[in-house]
Amino acid sequence: MLSLWRKIRAVGRVAEPEPPRPADPTTDGLPAAARELRGSVQIRHVDAGSCNGCEVEIGSAFGPVYDAERYGARLVASPRHADALLVTGVVTLNMAEPLRRTYQAVPDPKLVVAVGDCACNCGVFGNAYGVAGAVHDVVPVDLKIAGCPPRPEAIVDAVRRLTGR
Amino acid sequence: MNAPSLFGTVGVILQLLIVVALSPVLTGLMRQIRALLEGRAGSGIAQPWRDLRKLMRKQRTSPRGTTEVFRVAPLLLVATCLVVTAVAPFVTTASALDPVADLFAVVALLTLGTVALALAGLDTGTAFGGMGASRETTIIALVEPTMLVAIFALSVPVGSTNLAAIVTSGLDDPAQVFSPVSLLAAVALIVVIIAETGRLPVDNPSTHLELTMVHEAMVLEYSGPDLAMVELASSMRLTVFLGLLANLFVPWGIATSASPLLIAVGVLAFVVKVAFLGGCLAVGEVFLAKLRLFRVPELLAGSFVLGLLAVAASFFLA
Repeated sequence: MLSLWRKIRAVGRVAEPEPPRPADPTTDGLPAAARELRGSVQIRHVDAGSCNGCEVEIGSAFGPVYDAERYGARLVASPRHADALLVTGVVTLNMAEPLRRTYQAVPDPKLVVAVGDCACNCGVFGNAYGVAGAVHDVVPVDLKIAGCPPRPEAIVDAVRRLTGR
Repeated sequence: MNAPSLFGTVGVILQLLIVVALSPVLTGLMRQIRALLEGRAGSGIAQPWRDLRKLMRKQRTSPRGTTEVFRVAPLLLVATCLVVTAVAPFVTTASALDPVADLFAVVALLTLGTVALALAGLDTGTAFGGMGASRETTIIALVEPTMLVAIFALSVPVGSTNLAAIVTSGLDDPAQVFSPVSLLAAVALIVVIIAETGRLPVDNPSTHLELTMVHEAMVLEYSGPDLAMVELASSMRLTVFLGLLANLFVPWGIATSASPLLIAVGVLAFVVKVAFLGGCLAVGEVFLAKLRLFRVPELLAGSFVLGLLAVAASFFLA
């Protein structure tokens, strides 16, 4: 316990300084839903068929260094608690229906964020076998984050556009 | 005590206002302390209030197949917390509802809220809801007797199970507070409070893993205003338990008569004591990992033995 305390003292703060605020969320085409949340967004992450590259980046975006939680976002365990879905990966045939049901389980107002090239436009998987399409073919998408995988900064930037902080 | 006076009524209203307004801030403070020790920046102590404000504006969903049990549980949970807040000696010992502030009534009211939530978890019919309910029931079955026995040990020298009477007698006779009985009961009560409010090492309040959840697993299906009530109630329960712990073992500062200055000191003392205890809990949690579920009964049985020893000591040392 003492060694842990020494470690806490020695490491100190690891969170990077807060980058400048992204564009005003009210003017850049986000639906009215984002404005109603005002500084608090609970996020449910849905893996619709990802290679887990995006998951690693989401993990580090919510880790101590980028600390997306400081902007009022939080990952939650249930779509009923969520305001936004963070969908990664190309939507596979087996995950199309679960994704639709998850979307239905989220109470209004709700937002969907497609994370990574696969979620935005199927990426390298194109019209491969077993692929139902990109996320916007299954549920309406409000915000897209490009990249394969997107950098944590890009994910944090998108999260800040949702929370407006 | 006396008939309900203006002072008592003011005390009740003050206690309700303080606990409702500041309990989410306490949760925020504990999260912030934890974030700072983890090297994070943290989302600020007002974040739980932002979450509640947003949840109140969201749509209320009611999963298919759920009954009134599911819908009534959050109301019952908040209502029991409010009643306990109104009667317990937090800011003043002369609550207008003093006769209700009985040890058994207060513990039973808090249990009623837990049981309502456990039934709601069962009512959803999901695997995780039932699992959370069964775990919560296991814990509550060991927590309730310990809590009763620990506070009962304090009530023996006083000769009354009224909480305000216990606190007042502690003020009049500090030797009672610094006794082996008090120490044993305090340790038993601290363990029980940690288990009952779902903190580490019994339950992890910030987990996303359904298999490790206890409290969270029961509330997975709530959304919008219902979830807001469950969250508010769970922070109020934490405040209520910490407030009881603080005033039973460190009663100084509580208002005993109707002077505005004494009431102001009472409010300040209550806020400082609860914030200090919450801070200690948050710092302690950084050093702890979650206990295996099968080890939890051992921990709680240990605290029950301490409570029992406290009662025995209060008879033999009296």
